[in-house]
Amino acid sequence: MADNKTIKITYREALKQAIREALLGDERVFLMGEDVGRYGGAFAVSKGLLQEFGPDRIMDVPLSESGFTGAGIGAALAGMRPIVEVMTVNFSLLAMDQIVNNAATLLHMSGGQLNVPVVIRMGCGIGRQLAAQHSHSWEPLYAHIPGLIVLSVGTHEDARGMLLSALKSPDPVVIFEYTYMLNMEAEIPAGAGAVDISKAKVRREGKDISIITYGAGVYKSLEAATELAASGIEAEVVDLRVLRPLDETTFLASVGKTHRALVVEEAWRSVGLAAEVSARITEKAFYELDAPVQRLCGVEVPIPYPKHLEDASVPQRGDIVRAVKKMIKP
Amino acid sequence: MGNSEKNTDRGKALELLYQMLLIRRFEEKSAEMYTKTNIRGFLHLYIGEEAVAVGVMQALTDDDYVLATYREHGHALARGMDPGAIMAEMYGKQEGCSRGRGGSMHLFEGKKLYGGNAIVAGHLSMAVGMALASKKQKKNNLACCFFGEGAAAEGEFHEAMNLAALWQAPVLFVCENNFYAMGTALQYTHSETHLEKKGAAYGIETMAVDGMDVLAVGQAAKEAVEKIRTTGKPFFLVCNTYRFRAHSMFDAELYRDKSEVEEWKKRDPIPRLRDFLMEKKLITEQDVQELEKKVEAEVQKAVDFAEAGTWEPIEELTKFVYSE
Repeated sequence: MADNKTIKITYREALKQAIREALLGDERVFLMGEDVGRYGGAFAVSKGLLQEFGPDRIMDVPLSESGFTGAGIGAALAGMRPIVEVMTVNFSLLAMDQIVNNAATLLHMSGGQLNVPVVIRMGCGIGRQLAAQHSHSWEPLYAHIPGLIVLSVGTHEDARGMLLSALKSPDPVVIFEYTYMLNMEAEIPAGAGAVDISKAKVRREGKDISIITYGAGVYKSLEAATELAASGIEAEVVDLRVLRPLDETTFLASVGKTHRALVVEEAWRSVGLAAEVSARITEKAFYELDAPVQRLCGVEVPIPYPKHLEDASVPQRGDIVRAVKKMIKP
Repeated sequence: MGNSEKNTDRGKALELLYQMLLIRRFEEKSAEMYTKTNIRGFLHLYIGEEAVAVGVMQALTDDDYVLATYREHGHALARGMDPGAIMAEMYGKQEGCSRGRGGSMHLFEGKKLYGGNAIVAGHLSMAVGMALASKKQKKNNLACCFFGEGAAAEGEFHEAMNLAALWQAPVLFVCENNFYAMGTALQYTHSETHLEKKGAAYGIETMAVDGMDVLAVGQAAKEAVEKIRTTGKPFFLVCNTYRFRAHSMFDAELYRDKSEVEEWKKRDPIPRLRDFLMEKKLITEQDVQELEKKVEAEVQKAVDFAEAGTWEPIEELTKFVYSE
């Protein structure tokens, strides 16, 4: 069938095609961020878009994270559909007041009068030896905030589709993109486009255990599942994708099927998403469990520079395989 | 008083006086209702500063965007919002202009007022973004953003000024300099106390005006708005004014002398305009008495509306977190 046709694409190119499609499809859409234009994007995601769309739609901004994020919120209030790119999540703390106190509150504080349809993208993740100030997993910080929709782009399919769906949302959306995946290639359907942004997704089916993860954990968990399959263990991999509002139905259903759950995330262990997922399983699927829920998370340390220490700071494929085997005793 | 007032006609004069009186009496009543615990939380009174909001609003149209601070009862009233909906908001009733969700610091109404913003300077860059949107949409409206001199010490102020100038966004920045950021005086918070000089660093045209004189403020705002509409560029207007009341209802006012407050009260914008208009024989004592009566009735109507308001059912607590 023609529908089954796929194309090979990098994560970077998938992100770029989504931005381009959004710009072509809606004249209210514009991209604003540090170095998105003349430089071509700090990670080359928006390379060439300035030439194609011009400086009114691909806006270079000064190093004023709070200022330009606030301006994006204002533009959204006034009928535009801005895509605000915060170069990396690390700098987003400088814009956090705008995101938390304005974008997330205006609808509620105004008694439903003001919508803030802004999309804020940020590069994030660990694994490029960038040390403690450039290697953060702050998805849990944003997932804590009512009023925000928080998306985590763990696959190429979502890199191609999430932004387009986010731009249709009447409410503010924060999108986490993983910079170490930018050069990774994968196959996606040739006609890939907008995707659902309300549900988690089972990325691989299995009957023995549910590995529940997001972001950088998705491909690592899928690789671990492949390795486990060779040992006769069929792991199901659930990609949370939407970190707020969390879709518990999907992962609870998975646990209901496998009766075991391992939650994997790169963010620090305490007070993270894994803690939340674990709590919900305990509250709502406790009697389905054949073993206690386990978590594999980031080690609670500012991320160090040397590769061997950095690698040891976050769960790797081998760690996932070992954790699963420990939970499933022969 | 400048030349412009000579042209001020009687109707306009009465309207300005009415608006300032309405704000004054509305807030006096709010303070009373606060002591009766009908209003809770923070209550920041604008008393003394009425000439700024009333003067600036004269220069704006319904299509302009207005963003204010948490000391915004005056702006809401001068923007033509219903006093009853504002009072009901402060009571926390669902008939309030923000359905009671915001309270005194978060007054919103459709396209009339974009808050009621209580993070100091947090709304400045939003105003820039709204103006940027207007520019992109080729509309001819502007964004007018009120803030105190305390906000001018925030990084956000400098980011917003730079962005507005860079993008040539039609923003009217109105600094209501009441000389105290909460309880800390201007000389302890700004290395340059002539705030209007800060515009030059961004190539933004500025003007400082006596914020206790509603006619002067109106004239300055009119000139500023005309410049913005013809050039598309931002403008920075500093209105030097004074808050007669405490910062909020929790403030014991340890940081200023009563004599200083009394000195400023001699410049009270309301008697100032009233006496000027009477001297010019534009209005009579009888006019003033009628205005007071009209204002009193309006304020009482607002209180009655708030009292008769209803509480939002608890079942609706999580409404408006996301769009439905």
